[in-house]
Amino acid sequence: MTDPVIETRELRKQFGDKTAVEDLSLEVHRGEVFGFLGPNGAGKTTSIKMLLGLVEPTSGSGSVLGAPIGHRATRARIGFLPEHFRFHDWLTGRELLLVHGRFLGMSSRDTKARADALLARVDLLDAAHRPVRTYSKGMMQRVGLAQALLGRPDVVFLDEPTSGLDPLGRLLVRDVIRELREHGTTVFLNSHILGEVEATCDRVTFVREGRTIRDLRLGEIDGSTEVDLRVGSLTEEARAAVARIGRIVEDGATSTADGPERLRVSIPREDLLPELARALVERGIALYEMRVARKSLEATFLEVMGEDQRPG
Amino acid sequence: MSVAHGLLAVTRLTLYEAFRKRILMATLIAGAGFLTLYGLGLHFMVRGEAGGMALVERRVFLNMLTLAGLFAANFLTIMTAVLLPVDTLSGEIASGVIQTVAVRPIRRRDIVLGKWLGHWIVMAGYFGLLAGGVLTITFLRSGFTPPKLEIGLPLILLEGTVLLTLSIAGGAKLSTVTNGMLAFGLFGLAFIGNLVEQIGTMAQNDAARQVGTVASLIMPSESLWQLAAYHMQPSVIRDLGNSPFSPVSVPSVAMVVWAAGYIVVTLALGIRWFGKRAL
Repeated sequence: MTDPVIETRELRKQFGDKTAVEDLSLEVHRGEVFGFLGPNGAGKTTSIKMLLGLVEPTSGSGSVLGAPIGHRATRARIGFLPEHFRFHDWLTGRELLLVHGRFLGMSSRDTKARADALLARVDLLDAAHRPVRTYSKGMMQRVGLAQALLGRPDVVFLDEPTSGLDPLGRLLVRDVIRELREHGTTVFLNSHILGEVEATCDRVTFVREGRTIRDLRLGEIDGSTEVDLRVGSLTEEARAAVARIGRIVEDGATSTADGPERLRVSIPREDLLPELARALVERGIALYEMRVARKSLEATFLEVMGEDQRPG
Repeated sequence: MSVAHGLLAVTRLTLYEAFRKRILMATLIAGAGFLTLYGLGLHFMVRGEAGGMALVERRVFLNMLTLAGLFAANFLTIMTAVLLPVDTLSGEIASGVIQTVAVRPIRRRDIVLGKWLGHWIVMAGYFGLLAGGVLTITFLRSGFTPPKLEIGLPLILLEGTVLLTLSIAGGAKLSTVTNGMLAFGLFGLAFIGNLVEQIGTMAQNDAARQVGTVASLIMPSESLWQLAAYHMQPSVIRDLGNSPFSPVSVPSVAMVVWAAGYIVVTLALGIRWFGKRAL
């Protein structure tokens, strides 16, 4: 494991009587696509703002790219797409990127070349001359993504990067995140769209009531694999054999009286799949379908957050 | 990356914004309207008095007209100084626009200073156009120029700078509406305070005079205008005190030092407030 690119220890933020972040302790490593998950009001955006130096922590410590959080020179190596993606909307898309190039201290030539490449990447080249205020929500989010990537950052913070995007836009963002990972860029992703997190992130941390409560490497959810089976009528012996390999989670749903039976089995390891198939076939049970159904991130989210959570 | 790159980038963006937004255009149209009106008024007044006045009377008359023009230029400049930057920080904080700027490798103080400098250049340019317009029109029509412009005009600019600084610094702490109300409220306070001081001086009432002095310390804008007007009048008018622009109680030079300190402290407070603010 490489040295952490982002590291925080007991970071806390209090606004008057309200505690926005109670204890943020996490590590994100170089090249990782890291998901930051939690319900509304869990302190995710305040946490990101603390990491970016936009909000001063009340207590605790943290570093980004080896420097204390908010360090000025280090900020040149950080990209940020804010949740509400508001920009100087009287500028055109291209002008917005040129202005940010100046903020970053980039040369004029480099900024122009980089701006054109990024506008093309986010499919906004033909709208580059239009004021940002004439953009749709999705276009604004895409130009925001371009400004976040302008300085070839080592770390990119994306706060709800696809909230305003249609499915094609989401795919585009997903592809951009993949490209960033391939280039070794660390991505800190805050998103409510769990399917997107599942598709892009290597690891997630769950945060609740301002505390980091669980860290999870995706693909290791719950340490188990669930298998959906469609089989002929099960004998007691076959059922017992299956139960020896894994745990029967759902049992017996059939569409017709003599039709195939549906079964969901949780097995501790994926390499037990052939054994499960053999146990059925050897006992003469017809196997119509066998499909791995990993536990979804959504299910894990609900489990981690607890049943007392209310919609935010 | 130079030390001042952030400050210059913010200044440049502020200037660009001023030229792109309609508020400057509206201000320029108002300024052009004012100069046209002033030119017409001056033309008819000068034509009306042709040959009917003694040299001294003519000088008094033209000086009063020019100062009336400069008073209006001063007022328009103050409006610009307060309104142009009133939401530059508070508006960008409220909308979240400031976030993508503040995460760049720019010191927060450079954001405040860059905005201050950009708006100051616009305000100074606007004042230059208005005051230059008044003086040029007056000179071309009558051949008259008020005395001590080199003292008077910088004093008016200093007055605008006080209000501009207050408007920008207030935006680091207050909402746009509250900030605008505060700046104009203080300007009004200084205006009334100065009236009280002038009347108190005439009536030889020390308490009333002190009320005016305290108001000038809270907001030195009106004192700076009074001092500017005092210098831009020929001594004969000042001594006679028969012009609406002749202060009975002339503000001291110490008020200029106070105003300069006022600007520095207000700007420092704005930088501190913005530096501590959660964005």
